[in-house]
Amino acid sequence: MAEAVHPRGTKPRRRLSGRNIMLYGTLLVFSLYYILPLWVMVMTSLKGMPEVRLGNIFAPPVEITFEPWVKAWAEACTGLNCDGLSRGFWNSVRILIPSVILSIIVASVNGYALVNWRFKGSDVFFTILIFGSFIPYQVMLYPIVILLREMGLYGTLWGLVVVHTIFGMPILTLLFRNYFSSIPEELFKAARVDGAGFWGIYFRIMLPMSLPIFVVALILQVTGIWNDFLFGVVYTKPDLYPMTVQLNNIVNSVQGVKEYNVNMAATLLTGLVPLIIYFVSGKLFVRGIAAGAVKG
Amino acid sequence: MATTKRPRNRMFRNINAKIAAIPMVLTTLVVFVGGTIWTVVYSFTNSKLLPKLKFVGFDQYERLWSNSRWLISIENLALFGVFSLIFTISVGFLLAVLMDQKIRFEDTFRTIMLYPFALSFVVTGLVWQWILNPSFGIQSIVRSLGWESFTFNPLENPNLVMYGLLIAGLWQGTGFVMCLLLAGLRGIDEDIWKATRVDGIPTWKTYVIVIIPMMRPVFITTLVLVAAGIIKLYDLVVAQTSGGPGNASQVPAMYVYDYMFQAQNLGQGFAASTMMLLSVLIVLIPWAYLEFGGKKHG
Amino acid sequence: MSYSIQVKDLKLDFGAVSVLKTLNIDVAEGEFIVLLGPSGCGKSTLLNCLAGLLDITDGEIWIKGKNVTWAEPSERGIGMVFQSYALYPQMTVRGNLSFGLKNARMPKEEIDKRVARAAEILQIEPLLDRKPAALSGGQRQRVAIGRALVRDVDVFLFDEPLSNLDAKLRSELRVEIKRLHSRLNNTMVYVTHDQIEALTLADRIAVMRGGIIQQLAAPQEIYNRPANLFVAGFIGSPSMNFLHGATVDNGRAFQFGETKIDLSGYDGGAVLDRPRAILGLRPEHLLIQTEAEPGRTLPAVVEIDEPMGADSLVWLVAGGTQMSVRVPVERRLAPGTRVHLKVDISKASIFDTESEKRV
Repeated sequence: MAEAVHPRGTKPRRRLSGRNIMLYGTLLVFSLYYILPLWVMVMTSLKGMPEVRLGNIFAPPVEITFEPWVKAWAEACTGLNCDGLSRGFWNSVRILIPSVILSIIVASVNGYALVNWRFKGSDVFFTILIFGSFIPYQVMLYPIVILLREMGLYGTLWGLVVVHTIFGMPILTLLFRNYFSSIPEELFKAARVDGAGFWGIYFRIMLPMSLPIFVVALILQVTGIWNDFLFGVVYTKPDLYPMTVQLNNIVNSVQGVKEYNVNMAATLLTGLVPLIIYFVSGKLFVRGIAAGAVKG
Repeated sequence: MATTKRPRNRMFRNINAKIAAIPMVLTTLVVFVGGTIWTVVYSFTNSKLLPKLKFVGFDQYERLWSNSRWLISIENLALFGVFSLIFTISVGFLLAVLMDQKIRFEDTFRTIMLYPFALSFVVTGLVWQWILNPSFGIQSIVRSLGWESFTFNPLENPNLVMYGLLIAGLWQGTGFVMCLLLAGLRGIDEDIWKATRVDGIPTWKTYVIVIIPMMRPVFITTLVLVAAGIIKLYDLVVAQTSGGPGNASQVPAMYVYDYMFQAQNLGQGFAASTMMLLSVLIVLIPWAYLEFGGKKHG
Repeated sequence: MSYSIQVKDLKLDFGAVSVLKTLNIDVAEGEFIVLLGPSGCGKSTLLNCLAGLLDITDGEIWIKGKNVTWAEPSERGIGMVFQSYALYPQMTVRGNLSFGLKNARMPKEEIDKRVARAAEILQIEPLLDRKPAALSGGQRQRVAIGRALVRDVDVFLFDEPLSNLDAKLRSELRVEIKRLHSRLNNTMVYVTHDQIEALTLADRIAVMRGGIIQQLAAPQEIYNRPANLFVAGFIGSPSMNFLHGATVDNGRAFQFGETKIDLSGYDGGAVLDRPRAILGLRPEHLLIQTEAEPGRTLPAVVEIDEPMGADSLVWLVAGGTQMSVRVPVERRLAPGTRVHLKVDISKASIFDTESEKRV
């Protein structure tokens, strides 16, 4: 029998154990799958068309050119016009800002009322709201067309803003309701004894305490609304199409020669806003998407 | 003797809260409930360009189920749905378990796995359309490496096109599922792990017999979220394949859109969307029963 | 006599559940009332009704001669202190104290004056510009009291204000609340589940259970003459000893197994003969001795003794019933020792087993 090691002090640990190789190896392989499309997009968008035709889509450009980006932004054709994605970008911005603001205001007030000012039937409305988020949009598409037409908003940016506010309501209300119900009820009671009313408590007590959840809601809505395609197609007219719709029309347009580098530049440009939000916000983004899984 | 004014009516108590709830009440009653009922009712009419209340019984449904394009759509969605569910959840769980091994660079790995989820389906569809392009993408690269007969062109092969969409769908969605399941894993009491270590139960066995059963609610919630997402599948297909080649990658949401807004056959669109609603209810009702119904009795 | 608070036939239902059942309380001006009871007894609910934070189902609430049944909390002339302090985290101490006054649109000089006075009384002047997160638990509770103080109201409502504090701080603040009461001399309604707080602070205690006030009386009265079995068992630690037996000889004696205890000198009503009755004896009203006295003692066997520092608790079994007796700490008794317990009948209580009421 070999001489036994006398164990003392720190337990020795092997860095390169079989387990670790398996673990990090698997994670790296998956990471490659995830990261490859982004790599391909960037590389293709920086190549000239001749290089795209000859080369390997994974290979970095021999000669870097920003021409495709400029073209995608200012000159790409959709079949209707040839002024590039910039039109869609600005449309998206014009849709995004009021939609995000309005949907967050409505949902945060909803959540607050549901937690602190319950009235008869408020829970019923909340339940319908949550179940409503599972109804396929297709079922409600046409009735909303009629409603918007009645209000004179069909085909306008404001019509789309209303639609985003409606469909953002379930998840955002859930988010705010869960957050507000984690604030001690005694704080609300104290404010009532101090003579603050519905709006007083909302603005002076709840709002200042809830900035993180407003940021989460902001991230959720900016990415969600920016990435919308269906509502953009259904409720706006071609010259008001948001960026995603315009991108699809540019890339899948059957006219002319396919310029893959321009297409990839356009795709990247469209993905840029949510990507920037994602990389800047980090864990708050995770919290936002996890909110969807939190039960009410 | 001073008496404070009594609110005349219960309706006027907390009037501000009720005013604030008007958008929610309108959304739930008019859009969600009203809109759904409206569509279901009009699915029994022969509305063409404009909705008309001329009832034709189940005609639209008979026409729907004898339309080969609809049948393909349903078949495609079933195929995509089953594979998506299996792969997103199994791969998502595998990744979540790997991420839960107190690894280094956890944040980096998570950032990489989750970023596709931040992107639009349109962006996802277009990127994969490019990567799977037979003349420039993976197929051409493998061929240029000397394997001349290599064929991988799912987007041009009617039998494989759904798998091409699946690759893109998984790329976008698994990170999200991983995050949900990782949160579930992290929610499990540390003491469980300590107890199994003291008892000498191997790690893999702990996952199978202790952790997975404990995470049942998380799995169910994930399943419902993923399933609800699959039924809405639309943007990805439009961007990546436009439903082609031919009608090979049609999905129900596309059928609805085309009949409602292109073919001017509203009745068909309503019938098809009602079928979509029905399929959601098939997923949702058992879940709601398990989740909420059981508690009231127990 | 003018009342500070009057509760008339107050009822509260949550759906089909009756939470408070026809309560009547009159609180005199300057009185310190403690609402005491186990959790779920409705004491905090009653306080919330007084504050106007819950709408009652039926009855009236009067504060300072005004019917405030439908008034908003801020219109009732009350200040309230909460268990979790409920300080607004984003405001400084000064902001917390002045928030209510600002809502009432009070002139700034008056607000400053009141805040300064409250801060002086509670000795929190150095903390005025700090945020609540930078304060200790005790300091936070002082600020919470200050928030009630600045309102310059006659009625203070306390909802278990000390239960989040550790034992030492709790007794310090208890004394401080008592000092505050004697200085301000305003009406205080104080909810707690801690009987020490109740016994030390209260002018009168309302013991509650199941939405009903079991007894409303001065602390000594409650301690010595509990109205029923529940109050007797709830107040006092360790709990009162209960002997199940019968009253015999025209109510002149209590029959407990073989032993008969003479009831002459009992402080209560007509005992009468009751086939089933309960004799309640507090641990400190029993004396352990070695010799028997007929009619005055009952035999018992020592089980265990627990020295508790100041005194010692002896656990015994008498006629199959476990009992506790408080003795001086020097007195150690070995398990198994046979002793006799001398009963001080003038401090005992007799309860009817059926009605559970004291006779």
